[in-house]
Amino acid sequence: MHRDLTAVYFTWKRELIRFFRARSRIIGSLGMPFFFLAVLGSGLNGAITLPGSSGNYMQFIFPGILGMVLMSGSISSGIMVIFDRQFGFLKETLVAPVSRPSIIFGKSLGGSTTALIQGMLMLVIATFLGVSINLAVVPAAVLLMVLIAMGFVSLGLVIASLVEDMHGFQLIMNFLVFPMFFLSGALFPLDNAPQIVRMISYIDPLTYGVEALRFLFLGSSSIPIAVSAGVLSVFMVGGTLLAAYLFNKIES
Amino acid sequence: MLEEKCDPPPKGKAGENGPFTIETTDLTKRFDQLTAVDSVSIKVNEGEIFGLLGPNGAGKTTLISMLVTMKKPNSGSAFVNGYDVTKNPGEVRNSIGIVFQDPSLDEELTAYENLELHAAMYGIEAKDRKREITSVIKIVDLEDRLNDVVKTFSGGMRRRLEIARGLLHCPKVLFLDEPTLGLDPQTRSSIWDAIRKMKKEKKVTIVLTTHYLEEADALCDRVAIIDHGKIVALDRSETLKNSLGGDIIVIESTDTARLETAFKTLPYAVGIKSLDGKITLKVSNGERKIPELLEVARKEGVEVKAVSLHKPTLDDVFLHYTGRAIREEGVSGKDSMKFRMRAFRARRN
Repeated sequence: MHRDLTAVYFTWKRELIRFFRARSRIIGSLGMPFFFLAVLGSGLNGAITLPGSSGNYMQFIFPGILGMVLMSGSISSGIMVIFDRQFGFLKETLVAPVSRPSIIFGKSLGGSTTALIQGMLMLVIATFLGVSINLAVVPAAVLLMVLIAMGFVSLGLVIASLVEDMHGFQLIMNFLVFPMFFLSGALFPLDNAPQIVRMISYIDPLTYGVEALRFLFLGSSSIPIAVSAGVLSVFMVGGTLLAAYLFNKIES
Repeated sequence: MLEEKCDPPPKGKAGENGPFTIETTDLTKRFDQLTAVDSVSIKVNEGEIFGLLGPNGAGKTTLISMLVTMKKPNSGSAFVNGYDVTKNPGEVRNSIGIVFQDPSLDEELTAYENLELHAAMYGIEAKDRKREITSVIKIVDLEDRLNDVVKTFSGGMRRRLEIARGLLHCPKVLFLDEPTLGLDPQTRSSIWDAIRKMKKEKKVTIVLTTHYLEEADALCDRVAIIDHGKIVALDRSETLKNSLGGDIIVIESTDTARLETAFKTLPYAVGIKSLDGKITLKVSNGERKIPELLEVARKEGVEVKAVSLHKPTLDDVFLHYTGRAIREEGVSGKDSMKFRMRAFRARRN
């Protein structure tokens, strides 16, 4: 038990060391969301008035952009396992006399910590761009961000357990991450979207993340907060269990 | 001082298992059509360096993988440090250290961080970690690079760091899979030194695979020759070489027939053959027999034109048992790819 906790801690620590050592990656990962918020947000601010929403467009998409930062940050840290496999480090982890679930848990914590850091940076950037943030909701937002991040880290881990090489990596980023972002209602209100888009968006876990964040920061959302929080919790627990199960099956 | 700090895991009691550190009985692993390891039975003594010698694809890595619990055998049994690899994989993993054929370091971490992570995973207490790390890093002569990121290391330095890591948790057995593959001769000899040093200082049993005959010859107390998944010979390298009937002496003379008759009366000369004016014979301690043979020739009044002595190498042993030379073996695409990747990594630094 003691050793498993140590394993969780060191797996977490490794993720953090790697994160802080790759500063260019941090800047790179925030580049796209920054432009989305700055260009789309300010550019469309005057052109779009959202029905039933008092705030401006930048204020509206900010929770969506935050969700995007959390999702891409945490999915890619889960998928890092593919790189561990490629560079051989995975073997070292797999033969260690610690339980596999403790490694999964450590990775999940590590990935969500780094995603949370990126999310917080995004919060700071957003305030500079003119998004007004109620500081009172920040503690609740942190919890929510961790919940979202842990879910997506496990999704990344699941993918990494199933995909053997790095070639699949780019494919997944393009065909999973971007569709999930666009379908989540990050950039438009789901209420007014066509039926078909709405149906698809309901199977996108990020939708619930964005909706929950929107509820916190804007005070209202299309999907009730209880539903979003419930779905996110199921996604997190289910994803982590599935990741642990698949990771357990990796032979070498 | 090093040894007393080292606290290897207790030996398991596996019923019929004797005093051997590793014992396998009819161990077999099949992949689809191919039987990669075929009824292998070996016994490895405590504290020895045991070599598995064979060409690429002979089954060395598969055999090791089963011993380190990474692959499950189809049949047969294997005990490591007294623990059954299929029934007690956790205890086996606690008893062993592994240096994989392919690199397995985190390149983004420093040497210290890599070792610290390993120490933590293998249950070394926080207060002991630094001391243990300092102790192993000295064995591989990397003290001055301890806080450098592994990305900046050369191929040989990475290998040495991996060896240090394998030693860190004071394993009973250290498995080294092709420890010097793709390294230049100078680096290779520094790794040999490290291996010898740890045998002496840490008193660890070492199992290494190699397809370099010199390596098996220079390092191993005993060598098992493995080919197509089977152990074809197993003994001390000296004994294996002597089993071929000793040194080969070739004598060129003016009267081959007369000399041949004379030599046949000698009790120690065997396998006497004459061909093209040359006599070939096998004797043990060839360098000491040459004067005697020349004396016989002088008495017979035969003039000797040239003498050559050829000591059998593991090459000859390998040839004898498998019917081909180890170096002739074609390298498969995958192996050559691995080799190139490693050469590339080594060069890059």
